[in-house]
Amino acid sequence: MTGGMDAASARGGDAATRASVAPRRDLVPASHAVTAWLLLMPALVLLIAFTHWPAVATLWHSFFSTPKKGRPEVYVGLDNYRAMVEDDVFWQALWNNVVFALGTIPLSIALALAMALWVNSRLTGRGFLRLAYFTPTVLPMIAVANIWLFFYTPQYGLLEQITGALGLPSHNWLGDRSTVLGAMIVVAIWKEAGFFMIFYLAALQQISPTLAEAAALEGASRGQYFRRVLFPLLMPTTLFVLINALINSVRMVDHIFVMTRGGPDNASALLLYYIYQVGFSFWDSAYAAALTVVVLVVLGVTAFVKFRFLDRRTHYQ
Amino acid sequence: MRRHVLIALAAAAAALALPAAAQKVTEVNFYYPVAVGGPVTKTIDQMAADFGKENPDIKVNPIYSGTYQESIVKVLTAVKSGKPPQLAVLLSTDMFTLIDEDAIIPIDEVASSADDKKWLDGFYKSFMMNSRTGGKTWGIPFQRSTIVLYWNKDLFKEAGLDPEKGPASWDQMVDFAKKLTKTDASGNVTQYGVKIPSSGFPYWLFQGLTTPNDVELMNEAGTETYFDKPAVIEALQYWVDLSAKHKVMPGGVIEWGTTPKDFLEKKAAMIWTTTGNLTNIRSNASFPFGVAMLPEKKHPGSPTGGGNFYLFAKTTPAEQQAALKFAKWATAPQRAAAWSIATGYVAVTPAAWETPEMKKYAQEVPQAVVARDQLAHSVAELSTHDNQRVTKALNDGLQGALTGSKPPADAMRDAQREATRLLRSYKR
Repeated sequence: MTGGMDAASARGGDAATRASVAPRRDLVPASHAVTAWLLLMPALVLLIAFTHWPAVATLWHSFFSTPKKGRPEVYVGLDNYRAMVEDDVFWQALWNNVVFALGTIPLSIALALAMALWVNSRLTGRGFLRLAYFTPTVLPMIAVANIWLFFYTPQYGLLEQITGALGLPSHNWLGDRSTVLGAMIVVAIWKEAGFFMIFYLAALQQISPTLAEAAALEGASRGQYFRRVLFPLLMPTTLFVLINALINSVRMVDHIFVMTRGGPDNASALLLYYIYQVGFSFWDSAYAAALTVVVLVVLGVTAFVKFRFLDRRTHYQ
Repeated sequence: MRRHVLIALAAAAAALALPAAAQKVTEVNFYYPVAVGGPVTKTIDQMAADFGKENPDIKVNPIYSGTYQESIVKVLTAVKSGKPPQLAVLLSTDMFTLIDEDAIIPIDEVASSADDKKWLDGFYKSFMMNSRTGGKTWGIPFQRSTIVLYWNKDLFKEAGLDPEKGPASWDQMVDFAKKLTKTDASGNVTQYGVKIPSSGFPYWLFQGLTTPNDVELMNEAGTETYFDKPAVIEALQYWVDLSAKHKVMPGGVIEWGTTPKDFLEKKAAMIWTTTGNLTNIRSNASFPFGVAMLPEKKHPGSPTGGGNFYLFAKTTPAEQQAALKFAKWATAPQRAAAWSIATGYVAVTPAAWETPEMKKYAQEVPQAVVARDQLAHSVAELSTHDNQRVTKALNDGLQGALTGSKPPADAMRDAQREATRLLRSYKR
């Protein structure tokens, strides 16, 4: 969602630059500036109304108490943040989210790249294969989570039937604190890898076959070709996918609602799920705002670091 | 061309003016959740239509609002935006939350006639426990349930037990469950003796253990909890022991949603679940099954559950009267009986059980009567101020103990400490 809006504003920006730069600067009539602003307007209004203003309002509300019957909203300074420091569930959710991100991001990207390389090569039925890999992305998460719920069901679920046939002991995957987060990570990887594969596939199709031919003439092995030519050329895609994967690791909580509701004992609670709980089950909107601010800051800093340092090492064609 | 436009405009104006002429119709927006299987939406739409035929001056608009959780989110959002519904069915345990948000009005303020009073006194007392506080009535029982034990008669026979008798006491349940648990050659359990689900809202099922152990989890005012009382810890110890010590129940958290399926697949010989699953199990079981009251410790007991009608603040008196009229109509004996038969919920008034339809149903499905008889021993479902947070503290503690990460005593002490902290500001 955010990605789409950013792209829209970028396009609006281009149009504006072109409109105002065309004539000589000192001769620009005022009407051109108006045109430019008018062109910017739709994107600007949407961005401010649905992205910037809510973010600022969230920050503002995080310094106040939640209004309750007979107790109007009052300024409490950093009280909500202090409460957060003492909130065990918050720390647990934060830690879970870190594990969830570290588990899903590298694996889903690696898998996406492997799948893209595989369906990019000449093989029969690759259209079908591409479709098969992309299917998880198309399916709604709620439906998918219900199917996975059956996979993980103890005693007669799919996973149990397989492990049972292999003579392995039975396990309650979602009911055990030590396995529930891993089970959630697997669902997320399955859901995401196909989506990222599409970006890699598109990038791979842009790469000229002459590079492969030249590398072959020089006597480079397939491994060298991948490491020295292909992967660097895919770096812009990797960066894009990385950012998306990070956002998704915070944003994707639908399956938590259906499969575990954060349980057992918060072992699968992720930050966004916890924010939802605080906001819409506990109706503590001020504390939910403070939690949201923390997530925003963490995401913002990570994105900044990525663009700042990875961008330098990224080769754009 | 121009004339056509004018005619169209005139027609539109006439169309707009028509409802204005019939302005006396009071609209009642009615939010309701669906929490059990079956064509509930169709049944509700039919009810609204039937009511409309009898009361042309009131128009009830049924609005399906998702699960219970989604429904209260939608209702409270509507309240905060200044456009509350006139009527909604929400969890009986949401009462304190709704009062604290100033969202609802006491029913007795609207239902003030002698006839109304008689109607309010006509409900089962145990259903009213979650509907009254501070001397006022805030909710009208509608889709109410309770926990019962289902058992598989075939598996009882196989294990050499009397197929016509469910376990009567805690010890007997362990005893039966041991005989009903089967292990294959490689040591995997293929059939469990008993399953008490613990995902989502374990506190509710836990009340099926604490109530027979003669202990309540909260006071009537919803300002105090008693999670760390010895009898509560003892109840949790029993629950944990079912899997940890006796090995007759799977370890870890047991999913609520798949428990009926486990029963139908014969993976569990006895299960605890809501009476609301009766219709589902009755139509899908390939074996004869029995329904029993929850086994007793000191005495029988179970919590009630399910949803109440609520009337909303910031609506006009006419709308409140109209909403009340619909609620009265929907809980009239014949309606309550039809609703109970269609869904499996417990009919909410003794009068409903006296209707010919209900008598016939009770004869065909004697299992349905068990829930009614258990009402005599039922207590209110856990509900306090800041309800969701307090129950979460208990849920976390229960799941912590059931997954073996905390001993029951520690888990309950932690839950009690958290609940005390949360309820501090309401104790005045």
